[in-house]
Amino acid sequence: MLRYEGKIRIPSGCAISGIMNKKGQPFPGDDIIKSIALMHDRSNGLGGGFAAYGIYPEYKDLYAIHMFYDHEGAKADVEMFLNQHFKIELSERIPTRKVSSIKNPPIIWRYFAFPRGDKLAEAGLDESEYVVRCVMRINSDFEGAFVVSSGKNMGAFKAVGYPEDVGDFYMLDTYRAYIWTAHGRFPTNTPGWWGGAHPFTLLDWSVVHNGEISSYDANRRWLEMFGYKCTLQTDTEAITYMFDLLIRRHRLPLEIALTAMAAPLWDEIERMEPEQQELMISIRAVYGSALINGPFSIILGCKNGIIALNDRIKLRPLTAATKGDFVFIASEESAIRTVCPRPDAVWTPMGGEPVIALLEGVEDI
Amino acid sequence: MSFSLLTPEFIVERNDERCIRCQVCVRQCANLVHMYDQEEDRIVADDSKCVNCHRCVALCPTRALTIRRNPLEFKENANWTTSAIREIYKQAETGGILLTGMGNDRPYPVYWDHMLLNASQVTNPSIDPLREPMELKTMLGRKPEVLNVEDGKVKEKLPPQLKLEIPVMFSAMSFGSISFNTCQALAMAASEAGVMYNTGEGGLHKDLRKYGKNTIVQVASGRFGVDVDYLQAGAAIEIKIGQGAKPGIGGHLPGEKVMAEISQTRMIPIGSDAISPAPHHDIYSIEDLRQLIYSLKEATDYQKPVSVKIAAVHNVAAICSGIARAGADIIAIDGFRGGTGAAPLRIRDNVGIPIEFALAAVDTRLREEGIRNQVSLVCAGGIRNSADIIKAIALGADAVYIGQAALIAIGCHMCQKCYTGKCNWGIATQDPNLVKRLNPEIAARRLINLLHAWTHEMKEMLGGMGINAIESLKGNRLMLRGIGLTSRELDILGIKAAGE
Amino acid sequence: MNNLSAAAKKRIYAKEEVCIGCRLCEIYCIAAHSQYRDNLIKTFKKLTKRPLPRIVVEEEKPVSFGLQCRHCDEPECVKACITGAMHKDTETGIVTNDIERCIGCWTCILACPYGVIKRDYQNKKIASKCDLCMESNMEPACVKNCPNEALYIKASS
Repeated sequence: MLRYEGKIRIPSGCAISGIMNKKGQPFPGDDIIKSIALMHDRSNGLGGGFAAYGIYPEYKDLYAIHMFYDHEGAKADVEMFLNQHFKIELSERIPTRKVSSIKNPPIIWRYFAFPRGDKLAEAGLDESEYVVRCVMRINSDFEGAFVVSSGKNMGAFKAVGYPEDVGDFYMLDTYRAYIWTAHGRFPTNTPGWWGGAHPFTLLDWSVVHNGEISSYDANRRWLEMFGYKCTLQTDTEAITYMFDLLIRRHRLPLEIALTAMAAPLWDEIERMEPEQQELMISIRAVYGSALINGPFSIILGCKNGIIALNDRIKLRPLTAATKGDFVFIASEESAIRTVCPRPDAVWTPMGGEPVIALLEGVEDI
Repeated sequence: MSFSLLTPEFIVERNDERCIRCQVCVRQCANLVHMYDQEEDRIVADDSKCVNCHRCVALCPTRALTIRRNPLEFKENANWTTSAIREIYKQAETGGILLTGMGNDRPYPVYWDHMLLNASQVTNPSIDPLREPMELKTMLGRKPEVLNVEDGKVKEKLPPQLKLEIPVMFSAMSFGSISFNTCQALAMAASEAGVMYNTGEGGLHKDLRKYGKNTIVQVASGRFGVDVDYLQAGAAIEIKIGQGAKPGIGGHLPGEKVMAEISQTRMIPIGSDAISPAPHHDIYSIEDLRQLIYSLKEATDYQKPVSVKIAAVHNVAAICSGIARAGADIIAIDGFRGGTGAAPLRIRDNVGIPIEFALAAVDTRLREEGIRNQVSLVCAGGIRNSADIIKAIALGADAVYIGQAALIAIGCHMCQKCYTGKCNWGIATQDPNLVKRLNPEIAARRLINLLHAWTHEMKEMLGGMGINAIESLKGNRLMLRGIGLTSRELDILGIKAAGE
Repeated sequence: MNNLSAAAKKRIYAKEEVCIGCRLCEIYCIAAHSQYRDNLIKTFKKLTKRPLPRIVVEEEKPVSFGLQCRHCDEPECVKACITGAMHKDTETGIVTNDIERCIGCWTCILACPYGVIKRDYQNKKIASKCDLCMESNMEPACVKNCPNEALYIKASS
């Protein structure tokens, strides 16, 4: 019997793409669909998805919780849980259009909500940690329910299908975002499950990822020490939690967090100036379990920008480009040129060398 | 009692067509097995004295010698095996505890051999260590949970760390249980290979202090050779609570082995028995351990990591959790196959648990408690090759100790007679005639070769898994699959079955 | 310098601290100077008249070491030799005994301060001594076969 994510670990290869406007000017989803569609052959129709930032300006202070439900019972249970923990301002079906290739959708719902003050005080947690714990709880304890995204003024849209069909299904041409990321999936041994498609998100972090990390279980077991529950058993989930842990909870500067994930080689460290050397040795000692090993290229999205990163010996493709206020990142250069034929600059980042694109006026991620 | 029911365990076979009467065997056997009969011009052997250490076989220039198990058999009996009967004869004749050396040799399952490693195919590339960097460097010691970085600088220095070029160290073996030359060889090899050797509980000979950077000095219940200079001489300090070969038992170095050098190094009178009590008499509880850990840290100004070594016993996970919380920077767990210079046979063969289970249980427990990163875990006891090491690290170890493997590399033939002090290979002996047989330079070279070979093999295995830094293997149990294990065993090891 | 002289500047040294007194050096020396060279079994089984070992393990336990001709700078044996059989090669510095000229007077034995020249009764009445295995142009048999590297050869200073 074939099993879904969470029951078994499923490696997959993929295509990724991301477009961002550095001034924060929103633009429709057509370009990102076009870009990811070009890399059609990097997916196999078993998963596609998008993350979009700035799409809910009218609810920008509320958590936009996107949900998949397998059945009405799950929805009823989760809604009871959500009502206990959140004040829900709006609850609605996420609009979709009929696309022949997208079959058997779950119940796709979204809520705009904020934590209940009394519950939050009772929990004694900061707000984001409170939301994280609720998300973990739903994903691990509620059968047939899956949190697709949980950030503010952003959302993830994913399905089983080719990414361009998924974009069409969710009518992404009708949304306007200042950051779009996209993913086309090539899982190797699964029928594909809607929840298992990318991007994977937590709060306003979203990750699209191409690769199969060989350090997965070392990373996972380390993350689980900090209370994360890697219910999906996918690399992307682990990487998303890793960013959340390093940046939000450990308050590491972005470049330190990225260094931990794609650390310089010991040979390189030996040649560094003493101060830099001490820093690198400390990072490798303390965050050895955060080193992501094996082939990967990822695009991390958040409200302040996007970051792309390759594994340290560059075993997966990744190309970046700029044009005016726009930043493009994709698995293949062609996926950039199809929407931006004459970029100002195009380059292929080195292994372990991050591409950091932040909104203008923003200092840190 | 002059008449013995014990028949020879081995038979010395000499091919007379090859024997040239050179008498090398006569001169080499410390057990006095071989004798030259001048009248007959031939060499004869007293089989009953033979321990099957192969010294004569290895040195015979014409390969005239073979040692065989005595084919003499008792009536077949699945319960009263030959060894069961012989042990009773021995005890009936001597009235003593049966002694033995090296690790448990009983046919308990070797769980390393029930775990298989993964390799990359298609979906991610394997890495060729001959062409790509492959990192085995390992740091042992307490790590903070969070690194505080400000303006691109580390805000608080890391606690002291042991830096190892490869995740392998030489186990604690004391000067006394092994010869000075063996100690020196281990020190030289550790120094050359960028790893650590461990003094064991016998103090640190003055001539070996120069290898301090690669030395772990041990503090055991007898406190032999321990003073502040000793503590400061090494790179780390290890408190020995127990040993896999004899959990719950102390050590006993007979007075006749305590000659001038050992007396000086252990700081005890010449000829006096060196008896390590079973427990530390200042550690009757976990809070007492904490006091000793911090006393040692105080004495060395918090500059050295402190390790605590225990034998793998039933409740090992909870004990290790306590040790981590008591302030240890490194925990060394020694499984029931761990070696020894001398142990009561019944203890060695019946006490403790397999290191594979102990390691898995401890790693899991420390992770459940969220304190795994606070300590480093070192796994010891019967590690035989590079694959065992890779499997140990995938189960959750930071590094391993090798003792028996190191001794085998320098000539040990596992005859298990270390306690007699007549080691023909110059390893487990203090007899100056025998000690000379171990040339420290040759031995160090062989140890370095072994580590070198294992380094290559570990890199190949890592590369196959698509991993290029050893830390990505640590606790990466998905890289293991069990074969021929019950589901209970798989659960304890925290691994899936092959095919899953 | 030719091969011979390059090798010949070398001398055998003993490391007494790791000599295990097995006397394999003696055994291999005997074979090396027999007609069967490296074949120990034939050397010992077939020959009733075997060469003497030109290296001898001196032993007073636990001290032992292999001793052979020092090839002295000013060899007493050469000075003492009445026929000129014992001579020192000017280029290599090796002291050898020309058995064609040796008459077996054994004055060299009396003169040698190290006691490393032996009376060879069995094979003519000549003096037997270490020749650094120069004839075979190989590493000396004693050095090559010492199991504990207690003998080594290196250029003399």
